[in-house]
Amino acid sequence: MCTLAHVFEAAGIATVTLVATRSVAERMKPPRGLYGEFPLGRPLGRPSDPEFQHDVLARAFALLDADGPVLEDHPDVIEAEEVPLSCSLPPRFDPDLPPAVDEANGLRKAYDRSLERRGFSSVGRVIDADTVPKVLATLHDIAEGADWKSVELPGKNTTALCHDIRTYYEEAALELADGLAPDGRAAEAWYFEQTEAGRTVLAARAAIKDQGGPHPAWFYMAPGHR
Amino acid sequence: MADQVAGDVMMRGVGDNAPVPEFDNPAWVTPKPLSECTVAIVTSAALHRSSDEGFQPGDTEYRLLPADARDLVLGHWSPNFDRTGIAIDLNVVFPIDRLEELAANGTIGAVAPRHASFAGNQPDDVATIRLDSGPRAAAELKADGVDVVLLTPV
Repeated sequence: MCTLAHVFEAAGIATVTLVATRSVAERMKPPRGLYGEFPLGRPLGRPSDPEFQHDVLARAFALLDADGPVLEDHPDVIEAEEVPLSCSLPPRFDPDLPPAVDEANGLRKAYDRSLERRGFSSVGRVIDADTVPKVLATLHDIAEGADWKSVELPGKNTTALCHDIRTYYEEAALELADGLAPDGRAAEAWYFEQTEAGRTVLAARAAIKDQGGPHPAWFYMAPGHR
Repeated sequence: MADQVAGDVMMRGVGDNAPVPEFDNPAWVTPKPLSECTVAIVTSAALHRSSDEGFQPGDTEYRLLPADARDLVLGHWSPNFDRTGIAIDLNVVFPIDRLEELAANGTIGAVAPRHASFAGNQPDDVATIRLDSGPRAAAELKADGVDVVLLTPV
């Protein structure tokens, strides 16, 4: 982001950079930066809070009055609490299926409601919603000892597959959860700590690592701190 | 999980230690009054329209986003940040509705007709966006009459 600030400024366009990592901006010195200690992925701070977003923008655009390079801090700090989202999960329906497959099937109606309401989905990097249960079954097999190189993984890209599965769950969860917009990592905590799919992804990730799979094949299946 | 470092703390720590490119003699533009400026958003969230081609890992290109597009999918490859915020409200990453409001009340001159999206996870030397795709995107926005760019990171 700081690189692009310098590039656009060199092209004759004044830039204001919302900064997510202060130490990077301190070293790269974008012309005008406003650091917001907000959850990563939320540079305007709070979803569905136009007043707060306008406050961020007003402070950012005020930097256009500066005579030289400036890096300021937004006064509010918003932490990405990793307390799992309060979201009920479907009861076990078909005991013959791996738990994650059963669970993913049970969440389909919620996912479909999200798709109908929004008109689009971020699921689809390599698989669509119909294929989520099948890939979870394959990840279950890997976790149970199947050779990860021998099983069929659409796109041969575990990062993209895990993105699509997690997004399917998160889009469904936002339909099911009550109340205000969840904290920055609440849905992530719910997914990896409370769902069968999250547990299956983490178990498959550990299995691929144990089988000697290359770092990029397993590491990016989940956030680095998990 | 109480026994693990918080994800955002870990990722900001990665940034603390990441090598960064150096910019000697950085450019400086003194803008017109904001109320006369056309403003565009440039984001590193790898946003693209749901019907358009997504970003590949290490993608150094950009997508131009029409100001009226709202079907924007987050194409960033890192699993290390929140995605539910943007699923709830696009403006938390791409504050297009807020800019429209600022144009309507005269705070800014106009909202640009097109905005630009890059992928934040770039090769370490960022040579292509620095020397090729970045300047091309800037030239396209400049041709649209853009005076000020707001950069939003993911």
